[in-house]
Amino acid sequence: MAYLNVRNIQKNFGATRVLKGIDLELERGEVLVIIGSSGSGKTTLLRALNFLELPDDGTITLDGEVLLDASDKTMRSDEEIRKNRLHFGLVFQQFNLFPQYSVLDNLTLSPRLMAKSLPKAERKAKIQAIEENAKALLERVGLSEKAGSYPCELSGGQQQRVAIARALALSPDILCFDEPTSALDPELTGEVLKVIRSLKDDRRTMIVVTHEMEFARGVADRVIFMSDGVIAEQGSAEEIFEHPKSPALQHFLRLSKEK
Amino acid sequence: MFGYVTQELLLGFWTTLQIFALTLLFSLPLGLVICFGSMSRVTPLRWFCKTLVWIIRGTPLMLQIIVIFYGPGLAATWAQGLSEQNALTSWIASWEVMDRFTSIIVAFSINYACYFSEIYRGGIQSIPRGQYEAGQVLGMTRGQIFFHVVLMQVIKRITAPMSNEFITLVKDTSLARTIAVYEIIWAGQQFITMHGLLWPLFYTGAFYLIFCGALTLAFGALEKKLNYYKV
Repeated sequence: MAYLNVRNIQKNFGATRVLKGIDLELERGEVLVIIGSSGSGKTTLLRALNFLELPDDGTITLDGEVLLDASDKTMRSDEEIRKNRLHFGLVFQQFNLFPQYSVLDNLTLSPRLMAKSLPKAERKAKIQAIEENAKALLERVGLSEKAGSYPCELSGGQQQRVAIARALALSPDILCFDEPTSALDPELTGEVLKVIRSLKDDRRTMIVVTHEMEFARGVADRVIFMSDGVIAEQGSAEEIFEHPKSPALQHFLRLSKEK
Repeated sequence: MFGYVTQELLLGFWTTLQIFALTLLFSLPLGLVICFGSMSRVTPLRWFCKTLVWIIRGTPLMLQIIVIFYGPGLAATWAQGLSEQNALTSWIASWEVMDRFTSIIVAFSINYACYFSEIYRGGIQSIPRGQYEAGQVLGMTRGQIFFHVVLMQVIKRITAPMSNEFITLVKDTSLARTIAVYEIIWAGQQFITMHGLLWPLFYTGAFYLIFCGALTLAFGALEKKLNYYKV
């Protein structure tokens, strides 16, 4: 069985069927890129994996553990969802940094809150470890000198790199990106994509929704092309980009090139 | 005479300050409760809060003061006069008239809580969804998201409308004289009847002005302090 197993994920918003039964598998250390036109359901799929949308049907299994079974109502409690979603990290299109906290505090806020449940004796050492880890992550994304800055003082690219470090601070098993460069000026996308590429070099398991086809081709182990709520085609980067089979994918790739 | 008038007005102003401080003490948290109630998914609770806000904002504060001061006593008298008593009516019959100052604090607190609740609601609903979602994917609880992520941003956004309400409250305290609570306007008016002097009443304006000026400066300082980030 694959590391991540997603079976028959379905999601409706009212009468609109956004996801019509998605199946996918991902091995540890692999990078999965999801492409497709707007409205194809790729963002909803990513949000479902992060429990921001609860699927109407389907299961999500990670490393043999069932994280979500839509038919099992007991798995929908706040507590259960909160615990399970920590297996995943999500980097948003709009960064969503917390404006009132410094860069370093953005990274340490949630880990610190979790450390509150520890016995007092262990807490101090834990908080020190959290801070050191956060500083190491900032160095990793090349922003050590910005630790004390506030999000409003950073460029979009820098904010997104902070957001990546913030997601990493919780050591997720799978890191997800929802169009991480779509809100950035073209000259700032490079620095963010570079960070994501370096994460691939570390064999991090990732799922990336993106419109950057060049980047997708370079970083993907596997590619999924979504169309109208289903996976229309999937395969290796080479299969998808060099030898697209379906007319829909061929059309989509042609349009992306023209842009 | 000026020294004597100032002394008397200060005495009245002390009551004004007490009404101001106690009203804020109770209405600021009560407003948050009403705000959560009016955003609740529980329909009866939401309706109750929305109706309360409608009634309180839809009637004059002066009328509310009168109802809260005289209402319980009238209801008790009516209930005592009934030939048959049940649990409810005998409870109502046991109501006593609150003292004047307490009535004022109750009326003001409910009134301001309703206005505050709407300001809070506007502030909370103006925070982008992404802030909640970022908190969620980082494994925070609803409470943690509210207190550690949203609240500070709400405070920054509502500073300007809240300063308006605070300043309005300073002047609304003069309505306490409706039920003969001795505040600064009452103190000033006494000089008309007792000494035939009008200027002490005009002089009360200086007290309000100075106090509101201090509040304006304080809110200005708060806004400046919160300026280190943008929302």
